[in-house]
Amino acid sequence: MIKKRIIPCLDVKEGRVVKGVNFVGLRDVGDPVELAKRYNAEGADELVFLDISKTQNGHDLMIDVIRATAKTLFIPLTIGGGISTVDDIRQLLNAGADKVSINSAAIRNSQLIREASEVFGSQCICVAIDVKYDPEEKDYFVHTHGGSKKTDIRAFEWIAQCASLGAGEFLITSMDHDGVKQGFDIEFLERANRMVDIPIIASGGAGEADHFTELFQKTGVSAGLAASIFHNKEVEIKDLKTDLHQSGIEVRFI
Amino acid sequence: MIGIIDYSLGNIQNIKNALEKLEYEYILSSKYEDLKNCDAILLPGVGHFGNAMETIDRLGIREDLLALAETKRFIGICLGMQLLFEESEEGDAKGLGLLSGKITRMETPYPVPHLGWNTLSSQSPVLDGKDVYFVHSFMAENTDSVIATAEYGVTVPAVVKKDNIIGIQFHPEKSGDIGVDMLKQAIEGGL
Repeated sequence: MIKKRIIPCLDVKEGRVVKGVNFVGLRDVGDPVELAKRYNAEGADELVFLDISKTQNGHDLMIDVIRATAKTLFIPLTIGGGISTVDDIRQLLNAGADKVSINSAAIRNSQLIREASEVFGSQCICVAIDVKYDPEEKDYFVHTHGGSKKTDIRAFEWIAQCASLGAGEFLITSMDHDGVKQGFDIEFLERANRMVDIPIIASGGAGEADHFTELFQKTGVSAGLAASIFHNKEVEIKDLKTDLHQSGIEVRFI
Repeated sequence: MIGIIDYSLGNIQNIKNALEKLEYEYILSSKYEDLKNCDAILLPGVGHFGNAMETIDRLGIREDLLALAETKRFIGICLGMQLLFEESEEGDAKGLGLLSGKITRMETPYPVPHLGWNTLSSQSPVLDGKDVYFVHSFMAENTDSVIATAEYGVTVPAVVKKDNIIGIQFHPEKSGDIGVDMLKQAIEGGL
């Protein structure tokens, strides 16, 4: 059977890895290619690079990072951040990316999902969604710009719409949980998972190995993603997979 | 020298990267003249079966591919593996017919595409028990050439082989160091 995936996420700015806590206060933790090699050796099943550069030079450096990474290691590589057009996607795939993750651009123009999945196949189109609970409206809403701007789009409606437009995967970040290290947003993720027949990568909230066990025991999502706990070696992927295996969750060993 | 069939279908950058890692020289071409002196031929491909065969026919290379497959180790990867068969439901099209059997939409209680890492069962020690990366919605059926399978609510043919013809349904170039080694074994005849 298909294995549950463990995915480290590397936020890359101007060609260097940074990670924010609650998306503010960025701090440099290293060279993306070196970090990618370390994760590959530890048994990461896939890598996500989020390009948070604001400059053209930063995006160009990202292309170099993708090229160098894809020449060095041979696991799926997903790139997100600043992708607006089919041409952007083509450039990333040609550099060696296997999937792209589209966030704000899909909200500005949802037809990009349809167009991109028709041109490249839905298997390489991941839609990233940042969600936050609104206690007044008693519902989850989509946020953009690294989670800082609230939209009036209801998260579950957006997920259904993206699925019908041809999204091949979702990367769902729970803003309320992100950086807090108290566990994933189980309730939201399982409801999303029941709605769609498309793999979901869960993000936001992992602080220890048990949070991944809980994620895979209580929801049907396909993958768990985290950043700082892996970068800082608070959780080692090899040990995490051993824990998951002992809890009866099927994972890949190298 | 490895010949990669160039018919502009899907991203082959990572296949090139894997060959470079293995220190093979390769040429990307759709011309028989370039390919006839290669030691092995790779037929990559991602996308739609019907479109792929249409492109092969538009380039006029079907006969060349069949001629290459007569003498050389001929390795189809992902959609390239499916093209080795007689026909497919995807686009209702004829394939190269190098292997018997047809390509049908996967029928399983689980989500399609079959996407992610799955474990191989095989008589071959190079393949058996190894986790490899799959992305596909269609699979081979009624074929007698299966040498490795994966379970996904249905038994999925993962590697097929008949004499010098080899088909790999998963992505060896995305299956970590183990996958890159499998690609080498396929090229060297070690599967």
